[in-house]
Amino acid sequence: MSVKVFLPAAFTRHTDGRKNFDSAAANLPGLLADIDQSFPALSTQIKDENGKLRRFINIYINDEDIRFLGGETYAFQDGDEIMLIPSIAGGCC
Amino acid sequence: MNYSCNRYELKCNECGKRYGNQPLSACPDCIAPLEIVYDLEAVRGIFTRENIAAGPASIWRYSALLPIPDGFQPDLPVGFTPLVRAKNLGKRIGANNLYIKNDAVCFPTLSFKDRVVSVALANAQKFGFTTVGCSSTGNLANSVAAQAARLGIKATILVPADLEPAKILNTLVYGARLVRIDGNYDHVNRLCTLIADEYSWGFVNVNLRPYYAEGSKSVGYEIAEQLGWKLPDNVVVPMAGGSLIRKIRKAFRELVYLGLVEDKPVRFFGAQATGCSPISTAVKEGTEDIVPQRPNTIARSLAIGNPADGPAAAKMIREDGGWAEDVSDVEIVSGIQELAETEGIFTETAGGVTTAVTARLYAQGRISPDQITVTCITGNGLKTTDALAASYQHIDARAVRPRLADFDAYLKELDGTTESELAAVGA
Repeated sequence: MSVKVFLPAAFTRHTDGRKNFDSAAANLPGLLADIDQSFPALSTQIKDENGKLRRFINIYINDEDIRFLGGETYAFQDGDEIMLIPSIAGGCC
Repeated sequence: MNYSCNRYELKCNECGKRYGNQPLSACPDCIAPLEIVYDLEAVRGIFTRENIAAGPASIWRYSALLPIPDGFQPDLPVGFTPLVRAKNLGKRIGANNLYIKNDAVCFPTLSFKDRVVSVALANAQKFGFTTVGCSSTGNLANSVAAQAARLGIKATILVPADLEPAKILNTLVYGARLVRIDGNYDHVNRLCTLIADEYSWGFVNVNLRPYYAEGSKSVGYEIAEQLGWKLPDNVVVPMAGGSLIRKIRKAFRELVYLGLVEDKPVRFFGAQATGCSPISTAVKEGTEDIVPQRPNTIARSLAIGNPADGPAAAKMIREDGGWAEDVSDVEIVSGIQELAETEGIFTETAGGVTTAVTARLYAQGRISPDQITVTCITGNGLKTTDALAASYQHIDARAVRPRLADFDAYLKELDGTTESELAAVGA
């Protein structure tokens, strides 16, 4: 099983410019562990001093916010496209 | 693509690192949103009541505390909208000192978005962007399209597919390129962050966001100036992303720091639609953790299920002793009608939210009748007439024959009375 992880430009300075990579992780904690191994600098960028994912980062599975799918308990499906994106403000007011 | 300025620059809210002036919205180190900070001492002596009064009747009278590049020549008279005493609405909801800040008549596109867009586009030009864009729930789209047309900049605008037809038309008319996205606002916003990476466009609410958001401060400056350089006791503000409410507070604090107004406690009240209420829910639960929601409300301009400024807004509201409430779609329509019937102000659905929440805050006793309270109306009802379509069957009423007797009979029928309003001539 494999999922594809996509990164916006804000994160690619720690991945040698790579905007996506494949992972065999089974869920979000597995993916973060994978990032610890493969891209340790990215890992420190996206996690706070307590090792938790920073609250300004949103994770999408295909088109859905992972929090709507069960968050850390969501089991990745083969072929899932996973996107890490800084949350940005917007809207009316 | 950057410029230097000794009055203001970008700073990370979380780690405090400064980034000069460039099109950048998140801290490269900790991903937190960037904000503009000012050297307030540099404008002391410049940002004075006298200088402001001598300035134009627009937001540009406050330029010294807006991130406007030196040498920028403002073109449009944006903002400086009326602050009106709302005696009639006040009587109905038990408020003796209620004011409406009426951005339903903001120039040029009838929403408070004109303020933020004018500041964003001044910076877009300075950064050298020839195309600007935005993700929008409607008002922002209208404003970017109009102001870009005026400045001769190309505009590409992304909106959720279910947006009100009037708001789509009100964007297309300016010649903007408009793309309807098959998704909600949060989907559109996410796509825009990806586009901003790949295209060299100035996205007013992505890479220009810190500059754009500062334009909201002008609402706070105007409220204080129009109250005779006094701060109100309470401000009721609609919340989508949660930005405006914080910027009004920032404006008040700057005015206090520079001595333009006396310091006093001001409480901030946030208004949301129940169908999209992540921030008011967090406030009620006493947390800063925003749980995202899938929006389902007629107040589309407030329908942001995952508000980035939500945690900061929730924290600020609680710290200052304020509160947040949310109202149903039925109450939103009543709010629109109530404001129109009492004060002659026709607001859009977001204003219906704010009006209905204001009424509820008085009913709950959270706001005392005599306190000076300002309710912020941010958009115009002409843009969301669909929301009222079911409320007035009279739209399809039969036509009356052009005869006096028919007219008189019809009035009786309308009012359900047998008495005639016909006055006997000479009686």
